[in-house]
Amino acid sequence: MALKTEEMILNMGPQHPSTHGVLRLELQLEGELIVNIIPHIGYLHRCFEKHAEAMTYPQVIPYTDRMDYLASMYNEFGYALAVEKLAGIEVPERVEYIRVIMGELQRIASHLVAIGTYGADIGAFTPFLFCFRDREKILSLFEMTCGARLLYNYIWIGGVSHDLHPDFLRLTKEFIDYFRPKIKELNDLLSYNKIFIERTANVGILPLDVAINYGITGPMLRASGMKWDLRKDDPYSVYDKFDYDIPVGDGRMGTVGDSWDRYFVRVLEMEESLKIIEQAIANIPEGDVTSAIPKRVKPPVGQVYSRVENPRGELGYFIMSNGTPNPLRIKVRGPSFVNLAVINELCKNLLVADVITILGSIDIVLGEVDR
Amino acid sequence: MIYDFFTNLFNNQIIGIIISAALPLLLFILPFVLVAVLMERKVSAHMQDRLGPMRVGYHGILQTVADLLKLLQKEDIVADVNDKPLFNLAPVIVFAGSYAAFAAIPFTGAYIGSNVDLGIIYIIAATGLVVAGILMSGWASNNKYTLLGAMRSAAQIISYEIPTILVVLSLIMITGTMNLETLSQMQTGYFWNWMILGGPGTGLDKFLFIPFTVIGFLVIYISTLAEVNRTPFDIPEAESELVSGYHTEYSGMKFSIFFLAEYANMFAVSAIVATLFFGGYQSPFGYLGNTLGAHWLIPIEQFFWFTVKGVFFVFVQMWLRWTLPRLRVDQLMAVCWKYLIPIAFVNLIIIGLITVL
Repeated sequence: MALKTEEMILNMGPQHPSTHGVLRLELQLEGELIVNIIPHIGYLHRCFEKHAEAMTYPQVIPYTDRMDYLASMYNEFGYALAVEKLAGIEVPERVEYIRVIMGELQRIASHLVAIGTYGADIGAFTPFLFCFRDREKILSLFEMTCGARLLYNYIWIGGVSHDLHPDFLRLTKEFIDYFRPKIKELNDLLSYNKIFIERTANVGILPLDVAINYGITGPMLRASGMKWDLRKDDPYSVYDKFDYDIPVGDGRMGTVGDSWDRYFVRVLEMEESLKIIEQAIANIPEGDVTSAIPKRVKPPVGQVYSRVENPRGELGYFIMSNGTPNPLRIKVRGPSFVNLAVINELCKNLLVADVITILGSIDIVLGEVDR
Repeated sequence: MIYDFFTNLFNNQIIGIIISAALPLLLFILPFVLVAVLMERKVSAHMQDRLGPMRVGYHGILQTVADLLKLLQKEDIVADVNDKPLFNLAPVIVFAGSYAAFAAIPFTGAYIGSNVDLGIIYIIAATGLVVAGILMSGWASNNKYTLLGAMRSAAQIISYEIPTILVVLSLIMITGTMNLETLSQMQTGYFWNWMILGGPGTGLDKFLFIPFTVIGFLVIYISTLAEVNRTPFDIPEAESELVSGYHTEYSGMKFSIFFLAEYANMFAVSAIVATLFFGGYQSPFGYLGNTLGAHWLIPIEQFFWFTVKGVFFVFVQMWLRWTLPRLRVDQLMAVCWKYLIPIAFVNLIIIGLITVL
């Protein structure tokens, strides 16, 4: 007869080095095996959606920055697209190109953080600093463009706040040439490291049907083997003009949809983003970037749902207008929030160390989970 | 030797014991830890495209001194829920365990704390004390994370002692001695007399030994990494999982004693590996003191070579730490029980056969 042992409840977070912010996980353990995980969220709730109702449409943009603070550019991008769709504003082509360049640079920067912290979670600290060193260069490009390094308020409704710095395109090209070999270096140091593969391959396998049932999007869904990317499947802005691939997980080191696949899809996506940026730089038209910015944004009565492919998945804005300068309701469908929900499914019967691995591979940003 | 010297000088055994016990701590371990902590920070920094500490002194060389002074001033926090006697005793035991190992390590031909015949076995036994201290600290902290860290640590250190001992046994078979001083004496001369290159013999068996001593060296080096909780085996302190492992709840001086013990331990195991396989304090190519006829120079040279070898292996530990990720608990145990122990065991049998033949 097996002895019935008492389950231990381990409280992980909100102050813990690997919960990527103030997430609190309540782990029910048997020895070191996970029986159940209950995520407790809300430690970073800042009432974004309620706040937005008291603001005018352009005033909401700085608040969107603060949701997914590692992908601020893309939050603004998505919000601007939604309001433009609602108000029927056409933006100049140069603006679209600038937005795409910024968005893809932001995607690389965000994936660098995801990859770097993932390495750190598994115990490799050096790739973390390598990633932050390269991210620093992207942040410098952003700083040069709009003066801010993290929360930009750059993409406005109908345009962008400033035109590009005269040196921007040249420096971005230099960055691309600099960064390509660094991806290879990262692969040699971390991706193909035997211990790293042992830790991540076949850990936290997310089957495709489970992923779809939970509404998972972004690199997590693609790692499970589905070629679903809104840039291709529901094109917005000028994404249909570029030639690039959508990497999917192929179970190279283990099973399709394991943690290694989720990690490696992000590495591959950085290369695809570089391709997009290169093409955008080559084809960017001249023009005025502020001409289409309206003096007062006052969309007609109606509602809109607009979605973009944020570095973490589908970022959707539902905006309801009653014809005043203030939105009646803004609802955000945040990818981190939806992706986090699957953690209990992934972690059952694994070890405590695997929770860290899986949480890192989901790549959440608490600012967006809680909003 | 030092003990005899001071006992005769003061004509009092107790003073002799105290002085000879305190000497390596004050003259070697403390300065070494100061240097090693800085070295770790500088090595990691340069590996990661950073500069590391730069502000205190030239290129930050006084950074550890400043950190130490800061730690001394820190409040020593003991929570109400802690088991106070155990909590206070644990750092002392951990440090005593790693410090006791230094008693039997020959620093030079002229200085060894205690020239015991069972030297190597004594060291392994003494460092076993560390496990007790770690378990005590994890339990007394009354915190689930520290307890998990301590349990992992105990399981890990005890498991990895087995391959270590098996390799040591195979060396004992070759040399026929457990005395580290004698072992170092045997490896005198040039570097081809080192145990990693088959030892001081001259016959065919010396060359037969070489592949197996190399394997033995690799096994023991991996095991010592696990015994001092360094990456890729730093699971007890796995920062990303267990915050800081068994010493999470410690602050101030008690924390610094754990820290001191960790670095002292790093050097101790490196010195043991160097003594077993790389000639200990012996120079790889003769002594300057012999050629110049200045025999007082020899112990200094020996001390130099000993430190260089020890610090080199400490450097390799740091190098690995800042390159490799960390294994998971079950994988760590698998490495030990499925790979290292069988390899070490087969290695032991083969070396035994060669010795008999």
